[in-house]
Amino acid sequence: MRYLALACAAAVAALALNAAQAQGETAPRTAPRTGQTAPELQRGKAVFAHWCAPCHATGAGLAGTMSLEAKYDGSVPAALEDRTDLQPAVIGYFVRTGVAWMPPFRPTEISDDDLAALSAYLSAPLADRGAHAPLLADEMVRARGSEQ
Amino acid sequence: MSVLPPDLDEAGFATFLEQLRGAVGADWVWSGEADMFPYRDSFSPVWNTGEERHASAAVAPADVEQVSEIVRIARRHRVPLFPISTGKNFGYGGPSPNVNGSVVLDLKRMNRVIEINEARAYALVEPGVSYFDLYREIQERGLKLMVDCPDPGWGSPIGNSLERGVGYTMPHFRDHFGAHCGMEVVLPDGEVMRTGMGALPGSDTWQEYPYGFGPDPAGLFAQGPFGVVTKMGFRLLPLPEYYRSGMISVPRRADFAKLVDHVNYLSDSGLIGEVEFGSPLSALMGDPQFLALATKTGGPSNAEMDAAAEAAGLHSWHVELQIFGPEATTLANWNYASDRILSDIPGAIAIAGDHFPLPATDDQLDNQTQPYRSSIKRRRSLGVPSLGAWKIVRDDGHVGFFPVLPRTAEAVFEMQRVLGDAMKEFPTLPPFFNALTMPLFWHTHTFQMVFAPSIKHDDPAHNAITHAAMKKCVAVAAQHGWGDYRAAPIYQDDVSDTYGFNNHILRRFHEQLKDAIDPDGIIAPGRGGVWPRRFRS
Repeated sequence: MRYLALACAAAVAALALNAAQAQGETAPRTAPRTGQTAPELQRGKAVFAHWCAPCHATGAGLAGTMSLEAKYDGSVPAALEDRTDLQPAVIGYFVRTGVAWMPPFRPTEISDDDLAALSAYLSAPLADRGAHAPLLADEMVRARGSEQ
Repeated sequence: MSVLPPDLDEAGFATFLEQLRGAVGADWVWSGEADMFPYRDSFSPVWNTGEERHASAAVAPADVEQVSEIVRIARRHRVPLFPISTGKNFGYGGPSPNVNGSVVLDLKRMNRVIEINEARAYALVEPGVSYFDLYREIQERGLKLMVDCPDPGWGSPIGNSLERGVGYTMPHFRDHFGAHCGMEVVLPDGEVMRTGMGALPGSDTWQEYPYGFGPDPAGLFAQGPFGVVTKMGFRLLPLPEYYRSGMISVPRRADFAKLVDHVNYLSDSGLIGEVEFGSPLSALMGDPQFLALATKTGGPSNAEMDAAAEAAGLHSWHVELQIFGPEATTLANWNYASDRILSDIPGAIAIAGDHFPLPATDDQLDNQTQPYRSSIKRRRSLGVPSLGAWKIVRDDGHVGFFPVLPRTAEAVFEMQRVLGDAMKEFPTLPPFFNALTMPLFWHTHTFQMVFAPSIKHDDPAHNAITHAAMKKCVAVAAQHGWGDYRAAPIYQDDVSDTYGFNNHILRRFHEQLKDAIDPDGIIAPGRGGVWPRRFRS
């Protein structure tokens, strides 16, 4: 009897939780953006870094970025910080009601003022947003700098 | 869907809310359908059905004094409170309560890292502190400490440990409740109590000796409805100097027995951290013929599985080891582990993996350079919180059943067969239990397996299947001595029912305690299957 080592996506997905996920799932990386963030957008960027980046940053293997890549198939950027079509009302809707397995976020987590700042950041011109928000761990690694 | 607290009318509810506003300020009280939407369990398999549990309001105190005042107000009005810390208990109920109309006591605003002691390796935190927050505090202060975090990392040390959640580093830190040391609790009458050495005025060992003197009630507050935990201490792992990994594979199905025994010895001796078991044969699951074999009723024989492995040129099992410590001792531990296993299991192969000093670099955290295909989530293994593992979620979420089983291959194979056969009643669900289903070595001294069927907000038929499968899985597992370790409110009574030794004396004991200190059920009635007299009927 000969078995073929097929990488059947459906079966692998079905077994993802019992066999532990294989690594290697990657979302397309967005070209790094440089530059300073406009002062009036700093608070919104900090909100994004704290609450959104863990799933929606530009790095590989993040659930939110991977999901949006699959959903839009490249017709819009997978990373939220690269989107130019997001309006504050849409951002507010998704934050407070969630979507798919993204849960809603409560005002004790993202206050209404923070939500307004976040919306301003994600709807500002790209040039004003400055560099992408880092993942917390990456930020901490960089902060350690020469300690490595 | 707007609901009222039990036994309270609209006018009484309005008065109650007004008193809450007086205690915490009008900005920190919410009610009404729109404001309460984020307090629903978005992973609920009974989403939009009559079984879904809805809170009537939410209140967010800023400090322990406000928690006490809220509890006293709730006691006067006989309104159940449902405490949450960060509210991210997804798969186990999220922020939703056991009792319809409960008021969520949202502790997210209480987010102070009160103390981190590097030399004595502990932290004292409030409920709203997330793993991200604690990690950031440690990093920004340059402290040589490691947090054992679950995945995802947006939950809180207090919430996760009170759920008896688990992590991924060394054995005694993976059991998050076991790694706690000292707590402060607001009791159902509003009094503030401290456990262990926290009860001794002037003590400086609250986070170092958990017991103090006399009975230690700390366990009552984990998965229990006896108080609101407002502070909690945690033992932290001194940041290891070095990390080393490696993989050992064994050829035959029956070799798993010896492999497990060796891993148990290595873990119990403190020589290794969390391990990931796996099977190279998982690569064959896309082949319908092999899939049929692996999910065969009654389970395949060892000979059938060995023949399949041999034909594919694959080993049957592997285990990924992770070792922490000084560089020299990690190398010695790896050499010892591989020598021990290879000398006992013919045909076993050891492959040395990545090794590097800690803290890790970005690339090391990404775990892309192993000389073998790795299942290790490096960030969580190194105590770096992330949401990377969130990508395992399918559809709109899932619910989890994680039966506890002995650390033996015999038990693993039996659970594969028994629950695999039982779940054939639900053919539209993935075959979570099959001949390759691996145990998870999360808790210090037991294995668990995972059953986590998905939910879909717009597919009640699918959700009904998930719901029925969950209940059946709990029941069938219990018939074989396997119990769940943690459950969403909608399953807590089912799970509690299975812990029925001596006519449910454990639950009756808890009920006696509940009746004595909280007869009206102010604190999370029903949590952990413990109901006060008021709600038992």
